[in-house]
Amino acid sequence: MRPFDYQRAERLEHASQLAADSETLPLAGGTNLIDLMKLQVETPQTLVDIGRLSMGEIAEEGEGLRIGALATNTATAAHPRVRADYPVLARAILAGATQQLRNKATTGGNLCQRTRCYYFTNIDQPCNKREPGSGCGAIDGVARLHGILGTSPQCIATYPGDMAVAMAALDATVEITGESGERSVPVRDFHRLPGDTPEKDNVLEPGEIITAVTLPAPVSGKHIYRKVRERSSYAFALCSVAAIVDMAEGRITRADLAFGGLAHKPWHDPRIAELLVDSEPSLALFDKAADLLLEGAQGYGENDFKIPLTRRTLTAVLCDATGVEA
Amino acid sequence: MSVHLKQDSVDDRNVLDKTGQGVIGEPIERPEGLLKVTGTAPYAAEFKIPDCLEGVLVTAPILRGKVKSIDRDAVLSMPGVVAVLSDERMTGRAAQGMANAAPFQPAQDVEYWGQPVALVVAESFEEARDAAKHLPIEYETEEGPIDPAAVETSPAQDPTRQGDLAQAMNEAAHSVDVTITTEGHASAAMEPHAAIAQWDGSSLSVHASLQMLKFNRTELADSLGLDESKVRLLSPYVGGGFGSKLGISQEAVAASIAAMELGRPVRVVMSRQQVFQTIMRRTETQQRIRLAADADGKLTGFGHEARISNLPNEDFPEPVIQSSQFLYAGENRLLTLDMARIHRMTAGSVRAPGEAVGVQTVEQAMDMLAEKIGIDPIELRLKNLPDQHPVKGMPYSSRKLAECLQQGAEAFGWEKRPRKPRHTREGEWWIGTGVASAARIHAVVEAKARVSLQPDGTGMVESDMTDIGTGTYSILSQIAGEMLGLEPKDVLVRLGDTDFPPGSGSGGSMGASSTGSAVFLACEDLREQLARKLNVEPASMVLKDGFARWDGGQKALTELLDGDEITATGHFEPGDSTEDNLVSSFGAFFAEVAVNHWTGESRVRRMTGAFGFGRVLNRRTARSQCLGGMTWCIGNALTESLLFDPVDGHLANCDLAEYHVPVHRDVPDLQVLMLEERDGAASPIQAKGVGELGLCGGAGAIANAIYDACGARVFEYPMTPDRVLAALERV
Repeated sequence: MRPFDYQRAERLEHASQLAADSETLPLAGGTNLIDLMKLQVETPQTLVDIGRLSMGEIAEEGEGLRIGALATNTATAAHPRVRADYPVLARAILAGATQQLRNKATTGGNLCQRTRCYYFTNIDQPCNKREPGSGCGAIDGVARLHGILGTSPQCIATYPGDMAVAMAALDATVEITGESGERSVPVRDFHRLPGDTPEKDNVLEPGEIITAVTLPAPVSGKHIYRKVRERSSYAFALCSVAAIVDMAEGRITRADLAFGGLAHKPWHDPRIAELLVDSEPSLALFDKAADLLLEGAQGYGENDFKIPLTRRTLTAVLCDATGVEA
Repeated sequence: MSVHLKQDSVDDRNVLDKTGQGVIGEPIERPEGLLKVTGTAPYAAEFKIPDCLEGVLVTAPILRGKVKSIDRDAVLSMPGVVAVLSDERMTGRAAQGMANAAPFQPAQDVEYWGQPVALVVAESFEEARDAAKHLPIEYETEEGPIDPAAVETSPAQDPTRQGDLAQAMNEAAHSVDVTITTEGHASAAMEPHAAIAQWDGSSLSVHASLQMLKFNRTELADSLGLDESKVRLLSPYVGGGFGSKLGISQEAVAASIAAMELGRPVRVVMSRQQVFQTIMRRTETQQRIRLAADADGKLTGFGHEARISNLPNEDFPEPVIQSSQFLYAGENRLLTLDMARIHRMTAGSVRAPGEAVGVQTVEQAMDMLAEKIGIDPIELRLKNLPDQHPVKGMPYSSRKLAECLQQGAEAFGWEKRPRKPRHTREGEWWIGTGVASAARIHAVVEAKARVSLQPDGTGMVESDMTDIGTGTYSILSQIAGEMLGLEPKDVLVRLGDTDFPPGSGSGGSMGASSTGSAVFLACEDLREQLARKLNVEPASMVLKDGFARWDGGQKALTELLDGDEITATGHFEPGDSTEDNLVSSFGAFFAEVAVNHWTGESRVRRMTGAFGFGRVLNRRTARSQCLGGMTWCIGNALTESLLFDPVDGHLANCDLAEYHVPVHRDVPDLQVLMLEERDGAASPIQAKGVGELGLCGGAGAIANAIYDACGARVFEYPMTPDRVLAALERV
């Protein structure tokens, strides 16, 4: 760990001002950042602790719900409104990490968590995300965990989280404050694809701080979060599906889906809902949905299996949601 | 007094059954348990030593080569940095178990990615770590092979050849010929490797996390060029070893050199990543199993040909075929072990070397053969238990394998087969069951222990033996308590200090039988000393609850001792009893596994293990050993694998988030049956090894259950969703 300065922000504006410096990072739960600092993957000169700011509230907002950026994963997953109206979110959060980590991890921090790519976390390996221009060790390397959608020759890392995948399915919105004011970004657009600038995980600009995530009014339907992994806890997803699916008179009326473990961001493809909604559910239909989802999917050897695995997992989720027998 | 036994003959006196205290086998709690669960048992790095400096190892980010130059000045000006050491006595690898000599030196000759080459010492840990990461080192690099499948092999031991296996295969009514692979494993002990070294100008004292102190002392002294009388090692508590702490490791040597150079205590703790990248791995294996059987299912041929790897100039060969020598019949036999030389970190002992990966493959092949013949897999095994060692002809000293299969089957609720796979489905999940035998060779080594009766009537046991979490403190207090007529709580057991007599150390499931026997021998001598005081025959004297009783009287030990302490040192050595007999622990595993039809995820739903390992010294700690082993079976079968980069050979998944040992949710209710035996060839206390038995074969039961569940035979361990899915798609 490199020596660093520690400052505690008393007000949001102050935090934002400090964080505008390119060598400064905001600190919330620290479950990811501190680990990365020990490994010298992150080497900020200054940490701005935003943990004391009052952004931990989970409150009604219109018909929806506003989850403060500092609400812990544990608090969010246990919140009665989340459990009752957004169970996909509670399930996704509880599928991630461990109880100890969820007690510390925050909403904003979770959105900003960095990839678990083995090459990103090892400073003796090339990684364009950690050190632009140094190359990508994963493409020809141990790529088991890596992306099959939206990858670039610069980076095939995945966004590792679960919470954001459910938020993408729910079409939640990220509220952001910066020196130049406030703005809102749909969760679906918050994370970026790597392209030629894999060092940028998301759309936050220097000095911008997430203040909350707002969930729209709840919608009816079956909420499913399905996470595939080799051990049954404390493992990142090989692939995951967040789904809110509703049916009426034998037809699908809602199919809000998002996918984890496949890309640099929670993956949402609007064409899938377009295909599914108003159709009668069937294995053939689900297969078409998988075709759309996996159009352009590319494996890198070790992760080729994610393509059939994703197809099968999507089918399983849709069977579960619609009652189609396999 | 010192009493020595080289055990050449079977000891079936069963003395511990005739003594009076009745504490042997009792499930007493660990005397150190409270300290451990309250965090107050000090582990190696936790001793508070005034004025202690902190050292951090610098590792080489190259596969192979030599250190050309180190720019010490670049970091010596950094805050807190005291020294940069790159002494030629530093070791790049840990010593193999019982090497009893320095590991490969110098550290600056790099043979694997991540090898420690230097040590940065600073006033604080953070300063040392930062400087270590910034230390510029120039290397002369070389290429080297990293893919074990791509290099020529050479025999690692003489093959076992008997008859003609190829002909037996040709003539067999039923046969199986299958190749199965396993990947590398890490010990993944909770406590990282750590040492604090103190040098007083003439002698060295090191707090370290080690399993076998008498060997480790020699290894450390040899590494440093010191007389071993000048070296003291202290390891009273060890937070798991699993083979990774059998030999002296890099941090202890580096800390010692630094302490001697700098004249201040130095602590070196490996990071989790360093533990994974520099400490022993279990080799990956490729195993071809050939089974030939007649129409009745009698084996006529048995082949087990294994391929393993290690670094150039490391001798240790994972003994994959060890129990294949004697587990099943088959007149025509071919057993081979071939070594590929590659540049991954040292392959060495990771829990139950050999059987931990060598039994499950045979057990999968047996399952396939039973299916071909159309008989129950238990029946096939029972038909093929040899009467004697199939090649060497010696008798089994004890073998409860048939009983374990039968009683285990009953406890598990084994449904007699044959039957077709994919017979039960619950929603998305296919449910199946599988069985496998367990086998682990028994070994004992030389051990000494001193036992005394104190004037206050309490006992004391002293040995440099370690307790690596297995329950040594408990069982030694029970053996001494039983022999001396004391409750175990009245026997103080002092371990993990080379100032005490040299015990066996912990490793290879040898500790209980070896050091336990040394304690037993010392106690026999103390009993004789007491009997002499009473002028009675030792056999006619009963010691119980602090009293000696004999025909015609009783006396409190305190009275008998009359203010004196009496002491004896037991010295146990293995002899012909383990040469003239085939001594091994045996057992059986039963697993019920659910396989997800869609995703190929496999989850163990319940598991039964039935084990015979001689005398059970403590039912609680023995059961815990079995539970630990069975948990490893789950990891071995489903999740654990070291992932090496195919380009530069570095280990990619080097922490506990990415090297997947089972988590609680992966481990269902495990049922353990312990079938008591008395094995007088194994040791004078009739106990055999238990520590490792629980993981020798169980992954095969899980593999067989996966097949029974979903109809997919998977031939690659671990059976991760991608592999199960690929096999499912072939069904």
